Amino acid sequence: MGRKITIEPITRVEGHGKVTIKLDDNNNVAQSRLHIVEFRGFERFVQGRPYWEMPVLVERLCGICPVSHHLAAAKASDVIVGAGTGDGLTPTAEKMRRLMHYGQMFQSHSLHFFHLASPDLLFGIDADPAIRNVIGVALEHRDLAVQGVMMRKYGQEIIRATAGKKIHGTGAIPGGINKNLSIEERDEFLKGADPLNIDKMIEWAQAAVTFFKDYHAKNREMIDNFAVFPSNHLSLVRKDGGLDLYHGVLRAVNPEGKKILNDVDYQEYYNYIGEEVKNWSYMKFPYLKSLGKKDGWYTVGPLARLNTCDFIPTPLAQKEFEQYKAYTNGKPNNMSMHMHWARLIETLHSAEMIKSLLLDNDLQKSKLVTTGKKAYEGVGLIEAPRGTLFHHYKINDQDQITMANLIVSTTNNNEPMNQAVAYVARSVFTGKAEITEGMMNSVEVAIRAYDPCLSCATHALGRMPLEVILCDARDNIIDAKRK
Amino acid sequence: MIQNRILVYGYGNPGRQDDGLGPAFIERLDADEIPGVVTDSNYQLQVEDALAVSQSDTVIFVDAAVSGDEPFTFTELEPSNETGLTTHSISPGNLLALCRDIFHKSVRAHVLAIRGYQWEFMDKLTLDAEKNLDLAYRFLKKKIHDISNSELH
Repeated sequence: MGRKITIEPITRVEGHGKVTIKLDDNNNVAQSRLHIVEFRGFERFVQGRPYWEMPVLVERLCGICPVSHHLAAAKASDVIVGAGTGDGLTPTAEKMRRLMHYGQMFQSHSLHFFHLASPDLLFGIDADPAIRNVIGVALEHRDLAVQGVMMRKYGQEIIRATAGKKIHGTGAIPGGINKNLSIEERDEFLKGADPLNIDKMIEWAQAAVTFFKDYHAKNREMIDNFAVFPSNHLSLVRKDGGLDLYHGVLRAVNPEGKKILNDVDYQEYYNYIGEEVKNWSYMKFPYLKSLGKKDGWYTVGPLARLNTCDFIPTPLAQKEFEQYKAYTNGKPNNMSMHMHWARLIETLHSAEMIKSLLLDNDLQKSKLVTTGKKAYEGVGLIEAPRGTLFHHYKINDQDQITMANLIVSTTNNNEPMNQAVAYVARSVFTGKAEITEGMMNSVEVAIRAYDPCLSCATHALGRMPLEVILCDARDNIIDAKRK
Repeated sequence: MIQNRILVYGYGNPGRQDDGLGPAFIERLDADEIPGVVTDSNYQLQVEDALAVSQSDTVIFVDAAVSGDEPFTFTELEPSNETGLTTHSISPGNLLALCRDIFHKSVRAHVLAIRGYQWEFMDKLTLDAEKNLDLAYRFLKKKIHDISNSELH
């Protein structure tokens, strides 16, 4: 009799997700799926609200990366107020936003590596889950845990200084920004008491890349062969091909590195990207229209960004990038666990960008807002920590939103995560009659590499149990566990 | 007598109706400017909050509760090594454990869980949650007075 194993929801991933793995009568994997209960009501909720509310309204969508939503909505609103499509802001406005964004990238990537990914690496996928967690890291590897906490703290303080506050930041407004950075704030970030200063952050970011490379050298078999599959890759890149996490043109490459979306203006993203609906998941499946639904799916996030860009415009990260690219002879990297390597190189790049911005006197200037001829439609894209984030709005004569379309990073990575689950399911579950904690965690490790955020931004006490359900071929539950 | 350093930390999303009970509580407390009390609020607790906790003698976490006793519960909290289902946010017990293991500091801690009822995309608390907030606030102000005047142990 065939069986279906259900893991619900995924541990250490925000929000609710469910993995089902169907085994046939011979215990071979017949089907695997990552089902995600994503909150899609938000696009309808914002209709009728004034467009200028969007930067502060949409950040409520997510308690994990509110800054990304804040900035993507602000960029779309820039178009509506006639401030251009990314190059029309004042230098102070654009650089303040960039500082906010790189602060967010730095803290988010640090959290992911030190507190989500490192337990799997430090203790092993098969380790007791009672130890394989952030508390275990604090106990056994205190220095790493301290670095993670302090890097998060530093990034959060950058966000507070640029967005104005930690909850519902208001820094970015249509056409610009509502504050600059004071000399006192700048100096604190540059020369704050150890360890909360930018030089220490850069030093620790470099050390984290080295940590991963050392780990990779000792565990090449696992890191290079876990959830490897060919994928297209998509991200923003700077017009000259450099890595740019705040603004650029849209580029996609195929698994061999051939450009399949050649640096197009994202204001017309809908000409190139479609969204497929499947009856077994609330989350859509985006694809490149030129390749069709079956072959047009793509990966976004750190791995994709380092596959699409030609170089990194900061020296220390560029040096690491060259080593990273050499490992695959310059070809796109399709190894899921190398997502961690790419993420740490981006962490280093973010720290370098923060220092470069802090040393820029434009941050203390006072021209903060640009306006121009009003438009009735605007698209804002940004490279959020987990990948490309799309915000698209249309308005009426009363400035009310009449249409909103958001494609979040995790939605873009829907099919790649399903591919990763399928790969691991086939390699770990095939022929096994019993399911161990390590096998279940293997599936989660594959998903965690993408750092999906399924947050519904509400977390009140008593929510989010872990339920494991075992079903037979006719979906009868034969076992169920709840954590 | 050395005064207790008290951190009151409210968390939740004010854009999701009663999930905003924690931050709403902190807004009231900030307006009252009680000496010796430090406040903070955020969408959810994060690992870096272990630093602020380590700089306190007593910490009181204020959160919304989806179930349980009305109008609120006030319970003492112990460090917990059992991680929750996500570390994009972290439980108060985990935070105490991190504080203990990273900063070698044990902190007396409580959770004030205020009962909420609705969680849609709206700024405003429900009327019933507002009433619970009033009662919880009166309770905690008295409690803070007691704690801040008690001897450190």
